[in-house]
This record gives sequence, C-alpha cells and structure tokens, in this order.
Amino acid sequence: MAERSFAKEVEKLRLGEGEEFRGEGILAITKALLECGVGYVGGYQGAPISHLMDVLSDAQDILEELGVHFEASASEATATAMLAASVHYPIRGAVTFKSTVGTNVASDALANLASGGVTGGALIIVGEDYGEGSSIMQERSHAFAMKSQVWLLDPRPNLPSIVKAVREGFELSEASNTPVMMEVRIRCCHVHGSFIARDNQRPPMTVADALENPRRDTQRIVLPPASFLHEKEKIERRWPAAVDFIRSRKINEFFGPERGKIGIVCQGGMYNGVVRALQRLGLSDIYGETQVPIYVLNAVYPLIDDEFLDFCSDKDAVLVVEEGQPNYIEQAFGSMLYKAGATARLAGKDYLPMAGEYTGQVMLDGIGAFVRDFAPDILSDRHRAPNQNAEPVAAPELAQTVPGRPPGFCTGCPERPIFAATKLVEQELGPHHIASDIGCHLFSIMPPFELGATTMGYGLGPASASAFNAPDAKRRSISFVGDGGFWHNGLTSSIGNAVFNQNDGVIVIVDNYYAAATGGQDILSSRADNKSKSTKHPITEAVKGMGVKWVRQIDRTYDVGKMRATLKEALTTLEKGPKVIVASSECMLNRQRRERPLMQKAIKSGERVVKPRFGVDEDVCTGDHACMRLSGCPSLSVKSLDDPLRDDPVAHIDHTCVGCGNCGEVAEAAVLCPSFYRADTIHNPTGLERFLDRLRRRLIGWLQARRERQRLNFAEA
Amino acid sequence: MNAPLVPHPKIDQTERVTSIAVLAVGGQGGGVLTDWITDVAERNGYRAQSTSVAGVAQRTGATIYYIEMCPDRGRQPVFALSPSQGDVDILIAAELMEAGRAIMRGFVTPERTTLIASSHRIAAVSEKIAPGDGRGSSQEVRAAALKAAKAFISFDMERIAVEAGSVISASLFGALAGSGVLPFPRESFEETIRASGRGVEASLRAFGKAFDRAQTGPQTDDVPLGSGHQPESEDISLRPFASRISGSPKLMAGWQRLVARVDALPEPVREMARLGLRKVVDFQDVAYGGEYLDRLAQAVNRDRESKGFAFSVAAAKYLANTMCYDDVIRVADLKTRSARSSRVRREVGVADDAVLQVTEYFHPRIEEVCGSLPAGLGRWIEARPGLARWLDGRINKGRRIRTDSALGFSLLWLIGGLRRWRRSMLRHRVETAHLEQWFDLALSRLDTDYGLAVEILNCRRLIKGYSDTHARGLSKYDRVLSALPMIEGRADAADWLRRLREAALKDEKGEMLEGALKTVASFAPAAS
Repeated sequence: MAERSFAKEVEKLRLGEGEEFRGEGILAITKALLECGVGYVGGYQGAPISHLMDVLSDAQDILEELGVHFEASASEATATAMLAASVHYPIRGAVTFKSTVGTNVASDALANLASGGVTGGALIIVGEDYGEGSSIMQERSHAFAMKSQVWLLDPRPNLPSIVKAVREGFELSEASNTPVMMEVRIRCCHVHGSFIARDNQRPPMTVADALENPRRDTQRIVLPPASFLHEKEKIERRWPAAVDFIRSRKINEFFGPERGKIGIVCQGGMYNGVVRALQRLGLSDIYGETQVPIYVLNAVYPLIDDEFLDFCSDKDAVLVVEEGQPNYIEQAFGSMLYKAGATARLAGKDYLPMAGEYTGQVMLDGIGAFVRDFAPDILSDRHRAPNQNAEPVAAPELAQTVPGRPPGFCTGCPERPIFAATKLVEQELGPHHIASDIGCHLFSIMPPFELGATTMGYGLGPASASAFNAPDAKRRSISFVGDGGFWHNGLTSSIGNAVFNQNDGVIVIVDNYYAAATGGQDILSSRADNKSKSTKHPITEAVKGMGVKWVRQIDRTYDVGKMRATLKEALTTLEKGPKVIVASSECMLNRQRRERPLMQKAIKSGERVVKPRFGVDEDVCTGDHACMRLSGCPSLSVKSLDDPLRDDPVAHIDHTCVGCGNCGEVAEAAVLCPSFYRADTIHNPTGLERFLDRLRRRLIGWLQARRERQRLNFAEA
Repeated sequence: MNAPLVPHPKIDQTERVTSIAVLAVGGQGGGVLTDWITDVAERNGYRAQSTSVAGVAQRTGATIYYIEMCPDRGRQPVFALSPSQGDVDILIAAELMEAGRAIMRGFVTPERTTLIASSHRIAAVSEKIAPGDGRGSSQEVRAAALKAAKAFISFDMERIAVEAGSVISASLFGALAGSGVLPFPRESFEETIRASGRGVEASLRAFGKAFDRAQTGPQTDDVPLGSGHQPESEDISLRPFASRISGSPKLMAGWQRLVARVDALPEPVREMARLGLRKVVDFQDVAYGGEYLDRLAQAVNRDRESKGFAFSVAAAKYLANTMCYDDVIRVADLKTRSARSSRVRREVGVADDAVLQVTEYFHPRIEEVCGSLPAGLGRWIEARPGLARWLDGRINKGRRIRTDSALGFSLLWLIGGLRRWRRSMLRHRVETAHLEQWFDLALSRLDTDYGLAVEILNCRRLIKGYSDTHARGLSKYDRVLSALPMIEGRADAADWLRRLREAALKDEKGEMLEGALKTVASFAPAAS
C-alpha cells in the first residue's frame, strides 16, 4: 500500500471528450497515456515520479477495462527492457522512472532498444530530479538522449503542454522508429492545473494479441551485422524523420514579436521562469505577451537547425536558457551559427550560471544583464539601471541562528534503533568503515548518528564495501542496504558478489516492508496482501539461496539491546564469509496510515485498545540530551523549564509520539537515565481491569498519602 | 532590422499575480494548506496554480509549497513554479525558524511581503543534541522579521491548533484569512474547509481562533522570551514560585525557621536561595535545608555588595543543584509521588479515571548499588574489583518496572523511603566530598579574583546526567578546571574559564573543549 492513495483522483481518468480535467501533473500524464491508446505501462518509483507509479497502481481497474497491461517493474532496467514489446509490434508502451539515477540503471536496455528501434510508440517519462528538493547527484538526462540517439521532449510546465507532449511523443516515436524520452521536472510533476480531456482509447493491438500472433525480424535485433546497420539507420533515416516531424508538427513554439534585435531560446521546462523574469523587467504581461521573441524548445533533442538559424537571422544576440551542465544545447547552437556564418552573438552560460538550478532570481539576473547589454532601449529607466540597494533586507546574523533542517528519520521510524545500536557498538568496538546505500536509511549519515562513509547507488551498499575484504585486518566493514535496494539490484550485485568473493564483512539489510523512501510501494518482501502482486517473499530465504551461511533475522528493530548484540556478534564471530543481518520492522509512516483509522474505529466501537506513548519526567531529566544523540526523533525535543535553578532545557516528548519504544530501549541499552516512561492508555478496559485498577490505585494512593504526611510537600501549583 | 522596438501594444503591466509561499517542516501538513489556498482562490473567481516537492526531501526536513493566483479574465496566465527573491506577497512559515530561513533566502521584502509565522519552535536535530542549550535565538528571527516584512503576523498557531483538536494547517489558514491580504470573504475560506470534509469542526475552531488573533492587527506575541527560549505548545510548565507548601505543624515550623533565614539574606540572593532551599528540602529534609543555608552563609559572609552578591547568587544556585544529586533514591522518590501520577495523566491527555499502565526504564549497575549501601560496605565492595564485577554481572541489565502495579510501585516506594538513611550512604559521602572540594576552591579565590571565583561555581553546570553521561560531565569539569593554573593571575581569567565551560557544552565528546584548552596552553607560561 502506497503512502498516498489516489483512489479518489483516478476516477478523473474516466473523463471523456471535451470535459475539463483538474489535478496534478502526474495524473494528467496518466490520463494522456490512456487517451493515446497505450498498450502497456511500467516503471520504477522514485521522486518526482513516484506518484505516477502510485496513480497507475491505484488505476488498475481502469487499465484492465481498457486492456492495458501495468507492471511495477523490478528496476528501471526492467522497465526499459519491457519496451521491447514495441520493437516488433505496433503497440504503444510507456515507462517512467527517476532520472538520472534511473536512467543510469536503464541505460543498458535503453541503448539496445535505441539501436534496433521501435515499431510501436515507446515513451520514457523521466522525472528530472534536479535542483531544490532533489535527492540525487546533479546530472542531466540530456546526455543519455544524445549518446543513445533517442529523442528528448521537455514540454512547458503546464498541464495542456504536458498532455500534448505525451500525445506527440508517441507519434514522434512511431514516425522515426525511435524511443522518445519526455522529461518532467520536480515541481512540474506536482503542479496543479487543468486541461480539456479526450476519450480514452483501447490499444488497437493489446499485449494479448501480440502474444497470440508472435512476430520477429532479425534486422531489429542487436547483433552484427544488424547493429552496424542500426547506427547508419539512426543517422540516415530516423534522425531526418524526427526533424521533419518536429518541424512540421510545430513541436517547438515561438512567442512574442516575429522580429526583434534580441531573442531568447529556452528549454520548455524553463519557459515559465523566463516569462516571469521578463515580466519583472517590464517586458511581458502575466499572460506571457512578451516584447522579446522567445523560441521554446519543447523538443530539446534533436535540435532543428533551420528553425534556430531562422530565429537568429534578424537578431544581434540570442540568449540560450539551458539548465544544468554541460551546456549541450548552447554548444550545438554555437556550432550551427559558426557553420552558417551567422553574425548573431550567442549568449548562454556567460550570462547565466554554468551549474545549478535556474531559480527566479538567477533568471532575473541573467536575462536582465543580457537585455541591458544588447537592447537597453527596450527597458524602462528603472530596469535599465536598477537601484542596487533595493535588495532584500540582509540578515547575515540569521545564518548563525537558523539551523539547517535536512530531511531525517520520521517519528517512530524503525530504522532509528538500528543506527542507535550501531552507534553503541562503535562506542564499544571503535569506529568501522561503514558503506551506506540509497533509501531512508541514508539519513544515518546526518546527526545525530553520523554513520556511513559513501553511497554508490541503489542496492550497491555492500558492493561498495567489497574492496574492504582483508583477512589480516582486525576490523570488518559494515554495509547497509534497504529492502528496496536489495530487490532492485542488491541481491546479485551486493549479496551474490559478497558470497562469491568470500567477503568477510557485515551486511545489514534494513527491511521496512516497503520501498519506503519512494512512498511506500510494495516489493517482493512486503508483508501486505496485494491483489495484483506476489508479496511475502522473505529476504532471509533469498539471502540463504544466494549461499550466505551466517544469517540473522531481527523481527523487531526497536529491540536495541538485541540489535546491538547481533551486530557485535557479526563483527566478532570467527565464521568466514558475509554476515547478513535482516533487521525488519514496518515503516512507521505507513503503519500509522494503516493502523490509525482502524484504531480510532475500534475505540469508537468499544473494543479494548492499548495505545502507547512515551513521556519524560522533567524533574528526573538533567538536560544532558544524551538520549537525543541516540535518537533525533522529531517528537523527542527540548523544552525550557521555568526554573532559574536549571541551566539547560530538558527532554520532552510531544503529542506526536507514536510510542515506538526507541526512547526507552535506548535509555536502557545505553544506560542513559531513568527519566523515560511509557504510558499505555487502555481504551475500553474490561470490567476486571477496571476493578483491579481501582484496587491498585487505592493501595498506591494510600502509600503516597502516607509518605506525603511525613514530609513537606511543595505543590506543583 | 535593428530598429529600436516600440513597446508591444498588448503588454499590460497593471495586472499582477499574487504569490504565496509556504515554508514548513515535512510532516506539518503543508500540502493540505496549499490545496485549501488554491481552492479558496478558485472559489473567488481566481485562477490558481500550486506546486510542491514531495518525496524524501520532505521527510521531516524543511520544504516549500508555492501558490500563484490572479483574477480569472478568461486567459491562462503563465505562473512561476517556485518563489523568487523579492517576488513573494505572502510568506507563511509554519514554524519560527522557517520564517528565519525565508528571510535568509530573500523571500521576505519590506515593499511586498506579509509574513505570517507561527511563533512556536520545532527544534532541529542540531539544536537538540548539544549537551547544553543549542537552540537558535527566536528573538533574532523576530527582530529580523520586523525589519524584513511589510507586515509581520506571528503567534503560536500550533498551540491554537492543538487546543482546537486540529492541526496547524487550519490555524495558518485562519491567520491568512484574518490578515486580510487576500481579497476574499471569511465565509469562502470556511467553505473551503467544509468542502475538504475531514475534521471540519475542529479545523473551523482553529481557523476561527487564528482568524481573530490575526485580525487584531499585524502584531506579534508580546511576551518577551529569553534567548533560546520557546513558547510551549503543550504541557506548559510555567508555575508560580510562590507555590503551596504543606506538611505537619512541626515540619512547617522548621520550614518557617529556614524561610526566616532566607529573608535575612541580602536582597539579591533571596530569590535564588528560596528556590534552592525548596529544592534541597524537597530532596532530603528540613535539616538538609539548614545545611544548605549554612554553606550559603559562608559565601554571603565573604561576598561584596559592590559586586551585587553575584558569588552568593551563583552559590545559592549551584549548591542546591549539587546537594540534590541524582541518585536511585531521588529517582524512586520522584516517580512515586502523587503529583507525578497526575502529571503523567495530564501529559498523556487522559482523564483521571482512565486505565493507564506506566512502565519505567531502569538500568542499575553495581555503582548505583554500592552508592546506596552504607559507606563502609560500599567502599569494601568497590575495593574488590573481582567481587564488584561478579555482582555487576548479576545486577547490570535493563529492568522495566510498572509503577501502576502494586508490586512495582511498592518497590520504588520502598527505595524512595531509604531517604532517611541517605546521609550514611557511600554516594552521599562521595558527593559531599566533591562539593566541599569545589566550594572551597571557589571560596579560596574569592578575595584574589572575584570573577574567577564566580566562574568556578558556574562550572558545576557541567556535571549532570546519569552513569556514563555523569562520568563524562565529571571529566569535562576536571578538564575545564585543569586550566586554572594556566589562567590564574591573568586579568581575563574569569572570561577564559567561562569560555572553556561554554566550549565543553558544545559537543558530547568535548572536542571543542580540547581545542580551547590547547589555545589556553599556547599562551600560558611554560613554567606554570
């Protein structure tokens, strides 16, 4: 079960011709796929397109009605390989994943797919995880399009444009026998807007039809001599076909006056930012009626030489707004202008920064400088020589005050105690080389845990520790991998590799029942019943199947003592080969989402329910915060006591506590302090419980009163 | 071809987009607020667009939601997807430091931006893990906000939400409506909440309260808060010091005699002495209070009025803290009081008749056991490491005690009752010896370097916590005071000791302290 349910929203996918669709970008993409008669869809979750997978997953009934096959692929490589269904058959297929990490994984399949080419339209929707909010290395998908020669669409970030790009993407793919990538940026995926829908189409040929009528064509298979012909075909046939399609169908757009002495060329995704900058410079209204001609590249690869050269022909200077580096588009344009002997001055990453996100301010500065240099006369006085002092109020002292707030483990996260235990083991055995992986567990690298030295890719945590296999060394490496990464790639690349190479290190598989970091999608080892997927495949079985001998399963990660003892055993045992610990507890975010409504219902209907919560005795707490250095839980915080005798704030647990138990377990295992208590509220207790409770409390009350009679009592007010 | 352009006839710069950025901490429900704002705009004949960043970036980290809107004139405007510096009309911060972050990022400008910020704090991890008080100053953010914003509306919206049984998105929405910046009637905001369908009544309550607070004008919480202090959203522990004291006539008479002694102290010392006295009497008994005042008298008698009795005030504070060391008896005593039972119920939020099970987490070690034995016996065991180790093996493990059960409660109650024998126990002897050493050290410097003497007293702050943390505190205390021979005699000796102490409170291991000690060593004369 995914973190967010789209059960209600997917009903919008049934909208027909002429009706208005309102919703998020990703939902619009799904609707567009159905309108295009897509035959099969797949992908791998990951921000910013996780919700696209969730939408598809929640829309399975609708997909089935239309005869569309949907798969939650095992990896991006699997997803892209699935597009092989469009090689011989005229079936439209679409896959989606996070880029560039997903595209890296997919690139083997992508290169093969691109070589042989496709018959049915093949669309790859990549969520370009770049700039603010991104969680990965900052690279561009553009390079993949160039190296495999697949076409790259980058539509303007509004719903009608995205939907149009999906439609045109399929057609472009079919017209040029080439897979097409469409990139959507983070905020574009979550932009709310509307478009006019069309009727959904059943695929003219379904995957079932294809299965019953198999076809093959040796010419499409990547093996010499066909592969040599593919390369020529790409240049001689597919490329010109793509250029023709893009030109004739006016995929790229022109805005503003037809003529002008300056112009701006931008990626589709940059368009709104460009318009806003022009608007702030007094050169556009809010509808994008601009005084500066803009050439918008909704198709960023291939580029259309004559379109661009025409655009430049009457201009003194043209600014290319291209986010990310290297500046492939600008380089290509430079080459075109040079070869054509054109005189227009090409500006780009000299006015705009070479690297980093093109935020509103960056665009305003860059475009402003460009216009001031090449067409100052179109600017009003205020914009021509802006008052430098009209800057935002500088507050340099705030940099010292405002704490950084990077993402971290959620309240009650079952991974927290794993790292608390690791920190305790290191206190005992000294520091170790720790290899981290991709997933929520990577938050261990931040305070308060500060564990982990590298992260090399999804499922590659243990693989990235493979060099550290020295029998003479007195210490072993520890590596982490999540259940998501384990099934994605880790089983073979990490576990299999460790077994085969007799790696002596310790591998901790963090199993939280979901691909949790991407939004709680089910995977093979998920414990949930999933009507369309096969779940409940234990990780330990897979690990043993790979040949690991030393395997320990921990069924409650909150048992910090056990976790610590198991880690210690793994680090010190004389047994050879990889030591694998599978630490399993359900992702708290998902568990709460699942259990909370059930619990509320049970309480209302009079069932006996125990609801745990933790607290801190503020007079026992001395304010040393040792507990927080082993936790970092959002619900465990500090508060000041209004007591002049106390210097430091004490620990405090707020109402968001879910009673996971980490606080108590850590206090116990690390011998911290006795100020934590766990309070279990019994809702709807039985009659006997009530009776015994009254009895006990009478005794306790008597004892308390007895003592309080013998001493001075300072009431708490 | 290069003729200057004439302004495009269609360009109309009078229409403007209204931009709203919401800065929140992941998990605060910023998405709901964003949907509401979009909805209320559309309800009032506006076109609106919202964007957000979902995914891992949001997990408890700082995150931004962004909304743009303008009156619908039948054409689709080009909305931006993220906020720009100097281009934000309304900035909503769901937590005070997020307001600070917004100001830092340039999203708050005096010509345009109405800043609506909840004044409550959610401490970041870096603020929580310092052994001392690592929290950022709310005052600085507030001061910057007053400078940077066109209007600044700030009050504890989290508390309003919690009190209404709702979440902060509702009170933020109320503050937005109440600010009057958006030209929409209150009813349309309320309609939006009703249409959302979940927890409507509670949301409307929170909305209404925040609306009213915001309506009273662009003002902020008027209660000045100490540096690093925060308004509490729940379980406020503000209690008057003049609390009720009760006990048998005999005990009360003893107490009154002590109070009379406090009243005779110089005025600046009285307040702290009264609090200290209360603490030590609560810890042990009336006689212990007498001991406390005897010690304090040593300080007062040699103190100087010209210095404002600073030494005595510090002595009143740290003598009390030192005399109330955290031993097993103290913990058992605190956990078995009737006031504690009611506090737990209040914090958990259950009625007095609810069935509540309370589990305490203990991890006793041989050290605690020896500390609670008669001094002779305790020392005898400690002198035999083999025996101590063997005993530790039997004792040292986590023990959970249910204080709602008759047995568990009685056990702690009995341990708490050992109080009357405390003075003869090993721990008391050890603590008292350490106290005297420390206090004598401070007194001995009183005539030569008054400031240094005060700072020596203040170093007691370093010793706190239990077991390892306590040991680490002691070691930090020793390391800080080890600098004494190096700095003594310098005019700025007091300053240096304070700096060393502050460094010791910055991190757990004392790395900052090591650095500071090296600095001290570098300028100290080699001979000393």
